[in-house]
Amino acid sequence: MNKDLKKIFTEEQLQKTDAIIEQHKEIKGSLLIVLEKIQDVCGYLPLSLQRYIAGKMMLPPSQVYGVVTFYSYFSTTPKGKNVVKVCTGTACYMKGSGQILKKTREYLGIKEGEVTPDGEYSVEEVLCPGVCGLAPLVIIGEEAFGLVDPDKPEDIFKQYKENFHDRSGSDKN
Amino acid sequence: MKALYQLSLADKVELVETDCLISCQEGPSIMLLPSGRVAQVNPGHNFTAWLIANIAALYHSPHRPSISLRGDAEIPPIEQMGFFSKQELVVMRNRGHIDAENIEEYIAHDGYMALYKVLTALEPEDVIKEIKSSGLRGRGGAGFPTGLKWEETRGYKTNPKYVICNGDEGDPGAFMDRSLMESDPHAIIEGMAICGYAIGAPQGYIYVRAEYPLAVKMLQTAIDNAVKKNLLGRNIMKSGFNFNIGIYPGAGAFVCGESTALMFSIEGKRGMPRIKPPRSAEAGLWEKPTCLNNVETFANIPQIIRRGADWFKSFGTPESTGTKVFSMSGAVRNVGLVEVPMGITVRSLIFDIGGGIKGNAKFKAVQLGGPSGGCLTEEHLDIPITFDSLQNVGSMMGSGGVVVMDDTNCMVDVARFFTQFSVDESCGKCVPCRTGLSVILSILEKIIMGNGVPEDLHELETLALHIQKTSHCGLGQAAPNPVLSTLRYFRHEYEAHIYDKRCPALVCTDLIHFEINADNCKKCGLCAKVCPAGAISWQKKEMPVIDKIICTKCKSCIRACKFEAIY
Ligand SMILES: Cc1cc2nc3c(=O)[nH]c(=O)nc-3n(C[C@H](O)[C@H](O)[C@H](O)COP(=O)(O)O)c2cc1C
Ligand code: FES
Repeated sequence: MNKDLKKIFTEEQLQKTDAIIEQHKEIKGSLLIVLEKIQDVCGYLPLSLQRYIAGKMMLPPSQVYGVVTFYSYFSTTPKGKNVVKVCTGTACYMKGSGQILKKTREYLGIKEGEVTPDGEYSVEEVLCPGVCGLAPLVIIGEEAFGLVDPDKPEDIFKQYKENFHDRSGSDKN
Repeated sequence: MKALYQLSLADKVELVETDCLISCQEGPSIMLLPSGRVAQVNPGHNFTAWLIANIAALYHSPHRPSISLRGDAEIPPIEQMGFFSKQELVVMRNRGHIDAENIEEYIAHDGYMALYKVLTALEPEDVIKEIKSSGLRGRGGAGFPTGLKWEETRGYKTNPKYVICNGDEGDPGAFMDRSLMESDPHAIIEGMAICGYAIGAPQGYIYVRAEYPLAVKMLQTAIDNAVKKNLLGRNIMKSGFNFNIGIYPGAGAFVCGESTALMFSIEGKRGMPRIKPPRSAEAGLWEKPTCLNNVETFANIPQIIRRGADWFKSFGTPESTGTKVFSMSGAVRNVGLVEVPMGITVRSLIFDIGGGIKGNAKFKAVQLGGPSGGCLTEEHLDIPITFDSLQNVGSMMGSGGVVVMDDTNCMVDVARFFTQFSVDESCGKCVPCRTGLSVILSILEKIIMGNGVPEDLHELETLALHIQKTSHCGLGQAAPNPVLSTLRYFRHEYEAHIYDKRCPALVCTDLIHFEINADNCKKCGLCAKVCPAGAISWQKKEMPVIDKIICTKCKSCIRACKFEAIY
């Protein structure tokens, strides 16, 4: 089982996973927190990893699977390096986020749940991060873009790339 | 900050990073204290010059009536701006006035005075009596009297007991709790500690949704600082009272805002509501007596204790006392958070404070209470906002989301959107909610695609009423509200979709013909210019022609046309 995991995840990721489990194993009801932390380290929670966690925490795999599939925070498929989150909350929907979602996926050439071939982007829906004043809202990576034009969502990718390159450039200085 | 140094004012003026000053449509903003003037700043634009003009002027003569900026525009103090003049800041009194990460600033604004008063001068029973007499009702949606809940929890003798703060704020389009947690976390912590003292609980949890990482960070900093000052932890202020708070990040499930589901979630399980009784006050978290309240409810507590129940009752109506924070979004001019006394009319909220509808569109409906609230129309604008009056017209207070819609929104589509939301978020435990809502959704989709038949309306109505009556938890019971209320007040729109195969608001793509109405068309050619697909051909002084094979139905032309000539 461990061999399978080594194919998907790095040594460091697996070590961190073990450390997280070790730290929380004894605490009652810590499964959700453990899963959140492991997903932050590993990016997603495939079945093999869920089984591994269940074994280490001495829980039935069905319970882990049940929790993972219940909460939208968890993903069982890999995500892109930059996750594009399109808000589909009420305020954003009223201002055309449905179209943004569709156009963004077309622009990147991917469907729901897919990652661009270069591994850079994946698109998901998010429910209201609470900045409805700037609706419609798209978040790429850690950057939020407000008042996005539903006709031209691709513009923000240009902005994002510029900012992104700027920053990695200034890091070097 | 750099600019302050250049002016060598750095030691006289303090730059504080504050949370949203609640007039987001003008942002980014800076508020100048002590005068309370808000000014909008353009980040790139000669910021130093701006600061010189403003801070310097302010610093050197603090009593100047107004300062000039951007070509002598007068900036009134914040309390006099139209957006703010009808508001009553109780819960949000500290917003923008204090640095949320600095506990000293909260303390300087009378923070933790209420906790001190409670621990040194009041018995738990007195605290409960005061809260009961203030008439405070839960701000999380249901409006249950807070004092009663505390009394009930205190009544059970099992130990330990728990206090939980519900910061799940699942309603999309609502962000008051996020703002409170980020801008005034100590008020929530103080409220929880007082509750812990009143019901006899040593441990509290704050459940914050996963989408609010900044709120988690602010709360954690606040808790750490409070522990350092012995305002949390063991033997608080040498009174012998112990109280700790832990933060529990949620994982993205709307139904976890329901109290029993939330407790399961903290226990690390799937967040599915259970049957009550037993009520949480008797057997909640880990089957121990638990008192769960909303963020805003807790944030009200310190001030009620400090200023007294009578002061609190001076706001609002006899049945719904105090103030309520609403988050306004959608088609209003001023989007953002507002805090108003209960009992204000919907009209005043939208037109006086919200500044009316953006652009030249017309007001059509307002949706209160999140995805499961109902839509209200023009004729309801004059009802006062209280827990009971809203319920009477098929809507509800909910947590305070206000989404305003204008005539570019299609009500059938709105109903579909909210039903889709409820279908996605249903936990799947009970049949009416899991299956019934999906059937409603498929009927609505059928109507939107132009395949609706007259019987559908009756079917929708009966189904919705059944779901309302037979669902297990609040999610299912309230989920049909948008469908029922739009059916009641906007039946003509459903009928236009079904009988005329037409969407009056031009939202439902399948019912748009993409043809030009010769009577309205002024032959300006704007549609041809904006069409991204190049599907519209146009010659000067000629009517444009839309090539339906190339057309991608993106509706750019409809948005661009000023004469409503495309249908
Ligand atoms: C489906 C559903 C979702 C809810 N979501 C929230 C929420 O996001 N925030 C909240 O404070 N209360 C929410 N509630 C209400 C809570 O169950 C509970 O009534 C409330 O938090 C109690 O606190 P209060 O008495 O201070 O209002 C929700 C209820 C239901 C049925
Ligand atoms: S609805 Fe999109 S940010 Fe709130």
